[in-house]
Amino acid sequence: MGIKIDQKKCTMCGNCVAACPFGVLDVADDKIIVKDGCVVCGACKDACAYEAIILEEVQPAAKVDANARGVWVFVEQRKGAIKNVAYELIARGRELADTLKTELCAVCLGHNVNEVESLITHGADKVYLVDSPDLADNQEDYLTHGLLNLIKERKPEIVLAGATALGRSFFPRVAAILNTGLTADCTGLDIDTKKRLLLQTRPTFGGNIMATILCPNKRPQMSTVRPRVFKKSDPNPSRKGDIIKVDFKKAGVTARTKLLNFMEDITEKVKIEDADIIISGGRGLGKADNFKLLQELADCLGAALGSSRAAVDEGWIPYSHQVGQTGKTVCPKLYIACGISGAIQHLAGMQTSDCIVAINDNPDAPIFQVAHYGIVGDLFQVVPEMIKKLKG
Amino acid sequence: MNIVVCIKQVPGTTEVKIDPETNTLIRQGIENIINPFDTYAIEEAVRLKEKHGGKVTVLTMGPPQADAALKEAVSVGADEVILLSDRAFAGADTWATANTLAKAIQKIGAFDLIITGRQTIDGDTGQVGPEMSEMLNIPFIAYVSQIEEIKEGYLRVSRMIEEGHEVLETTLPAIITVAKEINIPRLPSLRGMMKSKSAAVTTWSIKELGVNDKEVGLAGSSTQVVKIFFPQRVSQAEVLTGEPAEQVEKLIGKLKEAKLI
Ligand SMILES: Cc1cc2nc3c(=O)[nH]c(=O)nc-3n(C[C@H](O)[C@H](O)[C@H](O)COP(=O)(O)OP(=O)(O)OC[C@H]3O[C@@H](n4cnc5c(N)ncnc54)[C@H](O)[C@@H]3O)c2cc1C
Repeated sequence: MGIKIDQKKCTMCGNCVAACPFGVLDVADDKIIVKDGCVVCGACKDACAYEAIILEEVQPAAKVDANARGVWVFVEQRKGAIKNVAYELIARGRELADTLKTELCAVCLGHNVNEVESLITHGADKVYLVDSPDLADNQEDYLTHGLLNLIKERKPEIVLAGATALGRSFFPRVAAILNTGLTADCTGLDIDTKKRLLLQTRPTFGGNIMATILCPNKRPQMSTVRPRVFKKSDPNPSRKGDIIKVDFKKAGVTARTKLLNFMEDITEKVKIEDADIIISGGRGLGKADNFKLLQELADCLGAALGSSRAAVDEGWIPYSHQVGQTGKTVCPKLYIACGISGAIQHLAGMQTSDCIVAINDNPDAPIFQVAHYGIVGDLFQVVPEMIKKLKG
Repeated sequence: MNIVVCIKQVPGTTEVKIDPETNTLIRQGIENIINPFDTYAIEEAVRLKEKHGGKVTVLTMGPPQADAALKEAVSVGADEVILLSDRAFAGADTWATANTLAKAIQKIGAFDLIITGRQTIDGDTGQVGPEMSEMLNIPFIAYVSQIEEIKEGYLRVSRMIEEGHEVLETTLPAIITVAKEINIPRLPSLRGMMKSKSAAVTTWSIKELGVNDKEVGLAGSSTQVVKIFFPQRVSQAEVLTGEPAEQVEKLIGKLKEAKLI
């Protein structure tokens, strides 16, 4: 399994060696060898002018269920409030369903969830609503089997969930039981209309490499999607759809974990996931106390406080403020980065913000590459000046 | 307390650079390391063993040179190390990886706890742990930042979600994934390093695992990577010059104009 090189056609030009993004091709004893780590991405095949590279196709073990139809969105809610990521996925899911000429269904498992109709006005054709007191606190065994049962009964072709803490924890379990593929943390979703397949694009290697992934031989095709990548659409109050109530079948499912306590993070005045403006601080702040300066600026603008991983690692601010690959993904209207160098892992969490302002004393800091406005200067002069102007 | 820790060897990507001419990763000078999140998993297992007794078994699936990661695990306290290596395992997606690891864990036999990292820094999916929990049919808790209590058949942990911390309890055996907040991994001791040099790495191929070559590696994977590309970044930043007061004046003007503030 993998790639094969037709030695008769190979001219040893070396184009494939240079083209391999993973560096697993090499020249040895006058031939090209494939080292461990090949993911069969096909970059070498595209680079070969002599058709000497053959990708060994994996034989589909099972026949694809060609009748599977419909795009589904898992609606994440917390304490009855639907999360924004659900609306973002409904907006993109609507477009995918239209391209596929199929229906868009929202699947909502919870208890006394508010504004379920809004899923329809935002674009869903159907809502499968599973309401039970057992589903009130997102118990993950219940969610796994609740969603699983619906998928088995109704056979959708695509199922999407937000790449949130919850989504990344329970969605893989659904995929594992169904023995289907799951693409993690997608930032792009498109349709290959000829093959009727979902093209799932995601960052890997800390955002250094983008990969497009397919799940050709299994249904449903499943992805978790990073929050704030797609935009929520405006509601259309005249849109019609069906809310279908489905019983929660508890029999045969054991809740194997029990929630004993929840401690909310109280340093967050404004939630960064929902904020229109974020003021973010990094190592350049120098010490915990200096976050007070940023808080003052944030208060002037009604903004939330964010941070880079460096500042969290130093213990200057709690983890819930961390923006980036291992923190939160944000997409505010305005992101002001103060004393943040802009490591690729941080950029991965904020680069889709509508407007980015970077304040940093190092003109070569990578943060300036994604910024719309840059101020090269000392944040301890610039930020107080901003506060003065905004208050004045 | 018998604990199994799953680790992955990954390129130490902090220095990853793209060659602008060939548009490929520059691999030279990048050594392979233990996935940073997995070092917290090993440390937590060793601490639990030191407190409660038992054994720590560390497991990895990878090419033959992944034995270096296992030897490093011995130097910080792992008792037994197992390498799952076979050409048939190559190209595995998370399902095939989880399936292979689960089969190996079943072969190892009785265990109380499995610990994995919350995600890797290369594939970066965080899916292997939760997928494995279903294959082994045991409870699963992600993003654990503290083990509050552990005893025969019982586990209580604190874990991190977007809104704060949750305290959860479950029964053992179970599987957890750990966040970096859980501990500070130790450095190898001199004795550990000596032990690591002579450590015996058990290697299992598909034969020893008794698995079919259709359910592992690329053949067992439902996902296919069809395209790889590099994100393009072209700086368009408008640099605001002048004294701080002047810079701020310009900035606030721009932001007001765009109705951002
Ligand atoms: C560019 C690219 C994109 C990919 N995208 C996807 C995708 O979207 N979906 C998908 O299913 N696969 C994907 N893969 C394949 C995936 O990276 C591999 O299956 C990999 O073996 C495990 O996934 P991970 O690195 O994401 O591990 P994670 O799931 O992030 O790892 C979590 C934990 O599981 C344990 N673990 C992981 N791998 C091993 C191992 N080999 N041995 C022992 N323990 C381990 C570790 O404790 C680790 O901390 C992709 C691969 C590439 C190259």
